[in-house]
Amino acid sequence: MSTRTRFWLSLLLSLPMLVNMLLMPFGLHLPGGEWLQLVLTTLIMAFSAWPFVHTAWAAFKNHHANMDTLVAIGTLTAYLYSLYAMATGRAVFFESAAFVTTFVLLGQVFEERMRNNASDAVAKLGNLQAKEATVIRDGQPTRLPLSEVEVGDLIQVKPGEKIAVDGTIVAGQSAVNEAMVTGESMPVEKGVGDPVIGATINQTGTLQFKAEKVGDDTLLAQIMEMVRRAQNSHAPIQKLTDKVADIFVPVVLVLAILTFLVWNVLLKAPVATALIYAVAVVVIACPCALGLATPTALMVGTGRSARLGILIKNGEVLEEVNRLKTVAFDKTGTITTGQPAVTDVIGDCDRVLTLAAALEKSSEHPLATAIVAAAGDRDLPAVADFAAVAGKGVRGTVDGQPAWVGTAALAPHDLPEDLAEQSTQLMKAAKTVVLVDQGEEVLGLIAIQDQPKPTAAAAIANLKEQGLTPVMITGDNQAVAEAIARQVGIDRVVAGVLPGDKAATVKQLQQEGPVAFVGDGINDAPALSTADVGIAMGSGTDIAIDAGGIVLVKNDLRDVGLAIELSRKTFKRIKLNLFWAFVYNVIGIPIAAGLFVSLGLALSPELAGLAMAFSSLSVVTSSVLLNTTHLKGERKLAPAVA
Amino acid sequence: MTQVVTILVGLALIGFILWWFFGKHEVSSAAATVTADRQAADVLVDGGYKPEVVTLKQGVPATLRFTRKDPSACLDRVVFPDWGINRPLAQDKVEEITIDTSKPGEYEWACGMDMFHGKVIIK
Repeated sequence: MSTRTRFWLSLLLSLPMLVNMLLMPFGLHLPGGEWLQLVLTTLIMAFSAWPFVHTAWAAFKNHHANMDTLVAIGTLTAYLYSLYAMATGRAVFFESAAFVTTFVLLGQVFEERMRNNASDAVAKLGNLQAKEATVIRDGQPTRLPLSEVEVGDLIQVKPGEKIAVDGTIVAGQSAVNEAMVTGESMPVEKGVGDPVIGATINQTGTLQFKAEKVGDDTLLAQIMEMVRRAQNSHAPIQKLTDKVADIFVPVVLVLAILTFLVWNVLLKAPVATALIYAVAVVVIACPCALGLATPTALMVGTGRSARLGILIKNGEVLEEVNRLKTVAFDKTGTITTGQPAVTDVIGDCDRVLTLAAALEKSSEHPLATAIVAAAGDRDLPAVADFAAVAGKGVRGTVDGQPAWVGTAALAPHDLPEDLAEQSTQLMKAAKTVVLVDQGEEVLGLIAIQDQPKPTAAAAIANLKEQGLTPVMITGDNQAVAEAIARQVGIDRVVAGVLPGDKAATVKQLQQEGPVAFVGDGINDAPALSTADVGIAMGSGTDIAIDAGGIVLVKNDLRDVGLAIELSRKTFKRIKLNLFWAFVYNVIGIPIAAGLFVSLGLALSPELAGLAMAFSSLSVVTSSVLLNTTHLKGERKLAPAVA
Repeated sequence: MTQVVTILVGLALIGFILWWFFGKHEVSSAAATVTADRQAADVLVDGGYKPEVVTLKQGVPATLRFTRKDPSACLDRVVFPDWGINRPLAQDKVEEITIDTSKPGEYEWACGMDMFHGKVIIK
């Protein structure tokens, strides 16, 4: 019999007794009296309450006790005593056993529903998966179930269709809605060479892509696995409740016996009265609320964050976030875009850029890429005698004249005074300056900088608001680093750090308090694992899922603050749940024991049963409410960021 | 006289409860049965887990077969936090759970409410 059926049966059979109780003050009684109560309660005990007794007995034999033990002992005591009372002509309280059973089952029915609610995040993610894909086999498009799609398959996606697996576009252009996986609410424009993620929706154009990851290797499958693990992980704070849970039930039983002894022997209360207090103590004590406090909040918190594209590895990470003092960022690729861009051109813009781009076209230096990109589709003159001078620049012959692009140090001519001054200004602003030289004169300057991401300043401001100290770690020299840091609002910079020394720098920072390190997860693995919380930023399908305690699916710096905020909120909720669960028992048990009877405060066993049902229900509800808690960092519409 | 008896019975009950639940009692444990290249163990779910400790051999693919006889909602799930396994247990049906035995160690499992516990030892 399911919990639901047991509840409805119990409720139905209890109703006549409830009516009886309500009519009593008016001197009215249902026909049948004690005999009716006996029959109804016996049915409830036999069907609705029996599973409690079964479990309690089975657990008892294993030297264990749980909530079922308490319910079973409470209801059995009331029931058996009433049988004895009826046989010897005393007052009965069958209805206590009946009502307690009904209320406890009511609590369980709701709780079951809430628990399912809390844990369905993974199922929801699974439902996102496409069921079929149109695979081009032998030149013909064929509909295949997802399980038959293989790596290397060419897959066609029409507008409105789901992209089946992870891959790279080989033909077509379209806007793709990736919100369901990355949390990015704006559709992303994609063309040939761009990665696509399985389970996202192709919106505007027809695409053809090559499958690269299928089955358990897809991003979605990995996210699901991570969320599943996180939801079932333990938070260290749970150790406390584990300890309490181990001794809780036996201690309550002892308290109940003491309650009976004090009332009956010391206060000379009749056996029936003393027994009612003892039963109330047994019934109100609820170990379930304690047991549910942490796992349900953990489940809801990690599930919600996953929907926002934030993967939190486990409860330990969640708890650690709460202690953070410092958030250290890797500069290149984290705070900055990682792709240098031309910011200023001094001199005749067209002439300087075309000449520089013509020379740099054949170079693969990142600065060269920036210059060529800046030149756009301008016509570039032909270059003869091209030569690269490692780390300094390039030279060649353009229009019959020798030309040079590179650092001032090796330039063939000295800088005119005005250009020299502008160059100094630009360098002060942490820009790399190259000069462009042709024939006998310096034509102009080009300033290049790896620029901060557009969202960096907002992200840093959010962290400061949360009371955290942002720190930037970089290999750049102090001046350059400080210039970038100023732009985004970071006050503390550790410059000149070699790539291999980032972990050591994190260690130094840890002397002042727990540190989170934000990096890209591929080059920063040692620093990520050294930090108390490693936050790995991903982009597209290249996400190092194992790299950090927290993984940000989309490459948006503002998610760092959001992840920290959500983790803190979840952990706060866990503490709140535990607090109420403890307080509830600490207050409830003395009241049930009749400690405050002189103040007119007492609990009958049935009220205690209702209170017990309510306590676990309120803990689970409080956890589920985490789903709708307001988050400052949550963005309804994120601007499309490159 | 009745009062003395009541007190004695009450104290005896308290003593029994403390001894029964907190005294040292042997935990039921079992090793898995190993066949050729697989190992398996049955776990009965009834007022807890029987056995409570299962010992598995490292490196041999393993299955734990959980059978829930207990009608209580408390035991209707089994959770292995280390492996992210959270599986509903239908009453009177066998639920097979594959265990990753690649790393030696002790791995706890618990019921959905974290009230009953069991342990897998891989060595």
